[in-house]
Amino acid sequence: MATHARRHVLPGFKLSLGFTWTYVGLLVLIPLSSLFLKTFSLTWPQFWETVTAPRALAAYRLSFGASFVAALANVVFGLLVAWVLVRYRFPGRSFVESLVDLPFALPTAVAGLTLTTLFSSKGWYGQHLEALGFKVAYSSVGVAVALTFIGLPFVVRTVQPVLEDIDADVEEAAATLGATPTQTFTRVLFPAILPALLSGFTLAFARALGEYGSVVFISGNMPLRTEIVPLLIVTKLEQYDYAGATAIAVVMLVASFLLLLIVNVLQRWSHRRLEARPGA
Amino acid sequence: MRTHSWLFPLLLVAFVGCSKSGGEGSGPSAVTLLNVSYDPTRELYVDVNAAFSKHWEATHQQKVTIKQSHGGSGKQARAVIDGLDADVVTLALAYDVDMLADKASLIPEGWQKRLANNSAPYTSTIVFVVRKGNPKGIRDWDDLVRDGVSVITPNPKTSGGARWNYLAAWGHALRKPGGTEQSARAFVESLFRHVPVLDSGARGATTTFAERGLGDVLIAWENEAFLLTDEVGKERFEIVVPSTSIVAEPPVTVVDRNVDKRGTRAVAEAYLQFLYSEEGQRLVAKHHYRPRSEEVAQKDGARFPKLALFTIDEVFGGWRKAQSAHFDDGGVFDSIYVPQAR
Repeated sequence: MATHARRHVLPGFKLSLGFTWTYVGLLVLIPLSSLFLKTFSLTWPQFWETVTAPRALAAYRLSFGASFVAALANVVFGLLVAWVLVRYRFPGRSFVESLVDLPFALPTAVAGLTLTTLFSSKGWYGQHLEALGFKVAYSSVGVAVALTFIGLPFVVRTVQPVLEDIDADVEEAAATLGATPTQTFTRVLFPAILPALLSGFTLAFARALGEYGSVVFISGNMPLRTEIVPLLIVTKLEQYDYAGATAIAVVMLVASFLLLLIVNVLQRWSHRRLEARPGA
Repeated sequence: MRTHSWLFPLLLVAFVGCSKSGGEGSGPSAVTLLNVSYDPTRELYVDVNAAFSKHWEATHQQKVTIKQSHGGSGKQARAVIDGLDADVVTLALAYDVDMLADKASLIPEGWQKRLANNSAPYTSTIVFVVRKGNPKGIRDWDDLVRDGVSVITPNPKTSGGARWNYLAAWGHALRKPGGTEQSARAFVESLFRHVPVLDSGARGATTTFAERGLGDVLIAWENEAFLLTDEVGKERFEIVVPSTSIVAEPPVTVVDRNVDKRGTRAVAEAYLQFLYSEEGQRLVAKHHYRPRSEEVAQKDGARFPKLALFTIDEVFGGWRKAQSAHFDDGGVFDSIYVPQAR
C-alpha cells in the first residue's frame, strides 16, 4: 500500500490543504477563538468565580452526567438496533431503517415538546410511570431521555456498516472451531465493532453536550437541579453578561475537546489492537 | 502550483468583500422598515403594519413595507446590539431597550422620555388563568401560596415576561398593609416553592399549563390570558384578576443609529406615533393590550377590569434597579433558589 501513497484520485495536495485550513479556520477556529477573546474582559478571579459558581457546577454535573448516561444507553440499544437491522429481514424493516434517522432531521424543539407531552405527569407514558414512582419529565431522568432520543442515530449509523462487513461465515467458522455463542460474541464480533461503537458513543455524547432545544422543555429548568449548561449560558446572555456566558462556554469547550481527545486516543488504541490481532 | 494554496483564501476574502458593498435599494418611492419585537406581538403588528402602510401611502404618496421580527425580548435586543438593522424596536421591557444604549450606543440614554407614557403606547397587566370553575378557589395573590396549589410561571432569568410576573407578586406583598421588603421576599420565596417547572419562556409556560395540564394557576400577561381563553378554550379556562398588579409597559423606540444610516427616521417616527393614534389604539385593544387612550379604553372597558395598578418606577425605582437587585447573578431570585436545592 505504501508504494501507492503518492497517487491521489484528486490532484493538488496543496490546493486541498489550503482549502482545508481556510475552511476549518473560517468556520471553526476563528469563531471559537473569538469566544476566548471575549472572556479576556474578565479578570482571573472573576472568571474563576463565574465558572465555579454552585449553579454552574450543578449544571456541568447534569450536562456531562446525563450526556454520558444517554450515550451509554445508545451504545447498548443502538448496537441492538443495528444488529437486528443488519442480520434479520422482517416486514417493516425499511420503515424502521428510516425511523432511525428521524432524530437527526427533527427540529430538537419538536422532539422536546413531544417527549415532554408524553412524559409529563398527565402524558401517556408519564401518568403510568408516575404511578410506579418514576418522575421523568422535569427531572434529570427526563434530560437523559431527551439526550438519548437525539443521540440514537449516531450509534446505529456508525455500527451498522461495520456489522454489514462482518460476514456470517466468520461466526460459522468460530462455531466450527468450538466457540460458544458468548465466546463468538466477545472474542470475534465485539472486538471488530468496538472502534465503531466508540465513535458512535463519542458522537452521541458530543451531540448531547450541546443539546438545547429538546432539553429545555423536558427538564423544567430548575436551578441547581435540572438546569443544563446551555441554558445557563442563555441565562447569562439574558442579563447581557456576555463575558460570563462565554466564560462558561469556554469551560464547556475545553472539557468537550479534552473528552473527544481521550475518546479518540481510546479509539486509535482499539483500532491498533484490532489490526494487531493474528489473522485480522 | 505553489500559488494555489493561498489563492483560495484570497478569492474567498475577495468574494466576501464584494457582497457587502451591494444593496440599499429602497428608492424614494418605496421604503422598508424593520420592526424588531417580542413573541406575543406578532398578530398585533400584522394589523398595525397594514393600517400604517395605508395611512402613510395616503398622506405621503410613498409605499412603506414593514418587516417584522419576533423572538424572546432579550434575544431580540441582543440581535439589534449585534447589528440587526432594526428601524424600531418594540420590546417587552425597558431594560432590554436600555441595553441598546448601554452596550452599543444605538440610542440616547433618555430614550424613554421621547414618546408619551414612558414610550409605551399600550400596557398590559399580570393576571391569573385557572381551570374552568376555579376548583382551587383562587381569587388573589395570597391564594397562590396556599398548600396544594401549584403555580406555573416561566423562569425570570430567561424570560422578560416572567420578570413582570415576579415583580407583580413582589409589589403586591410589599404594598399590603404592613408589607416590608422582608415580607415581600418571604412571599415570593414561598410562591416559587409552589412552582414545579420553570419554563424558559412565557409561551412555554402556557403550553405546560394548557396542553400538559400541569398546575392549578398560570401567572400570565393579561393579553396572553385573553388569547388563551378566547382562542384555546373558554370552556376550559377562566381569567382571575387579582386585587393589585403591576402595569406591564412594553416600550417602543426608534433606533437612532440605524434610521439615520438608512434615512428612514421620518417614517419610523411616524410609525411609532401611529400606535398612539385612535386607529392604532383600537388595534391595540383588539389584540387585548390596554390602550392608553381613555376614549378607546372606555369603549372596551368591559374587557379590561379595573384593579389597583402600580408601576415599576413607583415600587422598584425603574428597570435597571429591579434587574440588578432581583435578577442579575447573586440577586434576590438566586438567593431564593439556592438554599432549597442540595
